[in-house]
Amino acid sequence: MSTISSAGAGPSSGTGLPAAHNLRKKSRPGEAVIRAVLMASALLSVAITIGIIFALVRPVIDFFRDVPVGDFFATKGTHAVLPLVAGTAMTTIIALLVAVPLGLGAAMYLSEYASQRARKYLKPTVELLAGVPSVVYGFFALTFVTPTLLQDILSLKVGFTNALAAGLVLGVMIIPTVASLSEDALSAVPQSMRQGSMAMGANRMQTTLRVVLPAALSGVAAAIVLGMSRAVGETMIVTLASGSLKNLSADPREGMQTMTGFIATTAGGENAVGSSSYNELFAVGLLLFVITFIINVISIALVRRFRQAY
Amino acid sequence: MSVATTTAREVTRAISSGRSKDKNVGSLVFLGALWFSLFFGVMVLLVLIVDTAVKGAPRFDSELLTNYGSIVRPESTGFRAGILGSLWLMLFTALFAVPLGIAAALYLEEFADKERWWNRLIEVNLQNLAAVPAIVYGLLAVAVMALMGFNTTGIVLGGAIALALLILPVIIITTREAVRAVPQDIRQGSLALGATVWQTTWRQTLPSAIPGIATGTILGLSRAIGEAAPLVVVGLAGSVLFDPTGVMSEITALPMQIYSLTSNSQEDLRTAASAAIIVLLIMILGLNALAIFIRNKFQKTW
Repeated sequence: MSTISSAGAGPSSGTGLPAAHNLRKKSRPGEAVIRAVLMASALLSVAITIGIIFALVRPVIDFFRDVPVGDFFATKGTHAVLPLVAGTAMTTIIALLVAVPLGLGAAMYLSEYASQRARKYLKPTVELLAGVPSVVYGFFALTFVTPTLLQDILSLKVGFTNALAAGLVLGVMIIPTVASLSEDALSAVPQSMRQGSMAMGANRMQTTLRVVLPAALSGVAAAIVLGMSRAVGETMIVTLASGSLKNLSADPREGMQTMTGFIATTAGGENAVGSSSYNELFAVGLLLFVITFIINVISIALVRRFRQAY
Repeated sequence: MSVATTTAREVTRAISSGRSKDKNVGSLVFLGALWFSLFFGVMVLLVLIVDTAVKGAPRFDSELLTNYGSIVRPESTGFRAGILGSLWLMLFTALFAVPLGIAAALYLEEFADKERWWNRLIEVNLQNLAAVPAIVYGLLAVAVMALMGFNTTGIVLGGAIALALLILPVIIITTREAVRAVPQDIRQGSLALGATVWQTTWRQTLPSAIPGIATGTILGLSRAIGEAAPLVVVGLAGSVLFDPTGVMSEITALPMQIYSLTSNSQEDLRTAASAAIIVLLIMILGLNALAIFIRNKFQKTW
């Protein structure tokens, strides 16, 4: 790459152009080529999105040629997707019940109570949780949370695979996502608002809960929404710990397959390319992509709103 | 004089921070709850590591690293294929993702006119890609492989494409932050001496940003090395009995091997999976430590 640049731009020093204003108009083919290459790399990210949509849509069209749309969006039957959506909703809700209070609590401590020095060490510690591979969390849910924590210690009647264990561990995994983004939002609240609250005689708890948190609400909401997107898209924990049977149920103690769990289980099995069970994989994948896409757009919009607030 | 001002300032700070009113029961309970939420995750992590290490303890031996997977002799099954497979995957993932990611980041930071709609589209799209579920990248990699005319996808190439797509947004975002941290003065100095935008980028901005880029890349790879979901979709085997020899050879990966053993009913195999998890965590910890070392050792503060 450097040879191109010297070939294209090098001669300019020797030609000795008379007027400075001409420099702007001088064509530099080497620069233009490099710029084009770099721009192509950046545009590739857009191509990836379009690629995802095309990769998913084509098998889905084939799928709906074999299977009526009504059979897909149904609660019962071999191709029914609604039990999978319900499974995903169940594990996601449990995960959020764990991650929102804990993540928000950690964020409030880091932003409002911790000293600059303590924050420098505590924030990476919380983020350690995000570095653990999800297959490890899945193993932990299956071999510790279900048999030891839920069955032995809490003596709950849960199945070998169940949505509860998967949701709890999923929640622990997304704590850093919620905590990190919420902390950014809380820290962005101007100091003058805290000082105003303190001057009125409020203590730190009142200031945090009644002034800082409401002011940072859209950023905190974005953090929660992003955490939700992570929970919906997470695969290995739910594949291992939440079971591989479609089960439309409101009881978290039962095993229920999720959308991602279905994709992983089906893709891991032997399915001929082009068969309707192979194509169903992509139909569920497309639904998953659309759901997370909508969630992400909401989160991005919320982040933009909290950035504009101050 | 200066002593007096400092103490006065400290008193003011203590009053204005509201700390003097923090001593009632409600506040203390609240603070306790915050402490609990901060350390809950760490406690879970400790339980996870201790529990896994205890379960895997009988298998901390060299056969764990040097043997191939074996169902016939579960007491001496090993993860040689998985470890080598993961290393090969990392190599090719980095080869695909790093040049592309850096090029895209340099364009967005140094060349792009941020007012143009297509550049704004790239921005929003990147934010969205960073949150696309990993498993969807697996489906995309399958489609890309089919487009290139490959019938078998459980090979180094397929896995590396999936993982490269997965970490590309991470690399672009961290590289942009590293490039943005290089002060504007350096660019202006270079441009004033007659260098072109690319010469400035290549000779001044990029070298100054390399520690930041390296840190971001390593953190991206440490995410990729533990990822199993896209590899399941791409069709990597749970176990192979030979070493990888090239981009076309069939492989498995360490997280894949762990996944395939987790639901196995044989006690010995699950013990081996526990030990392999510790190996995987050590690899990830090593990568993270390397990233922190590079950041502390080479990062410039301007």
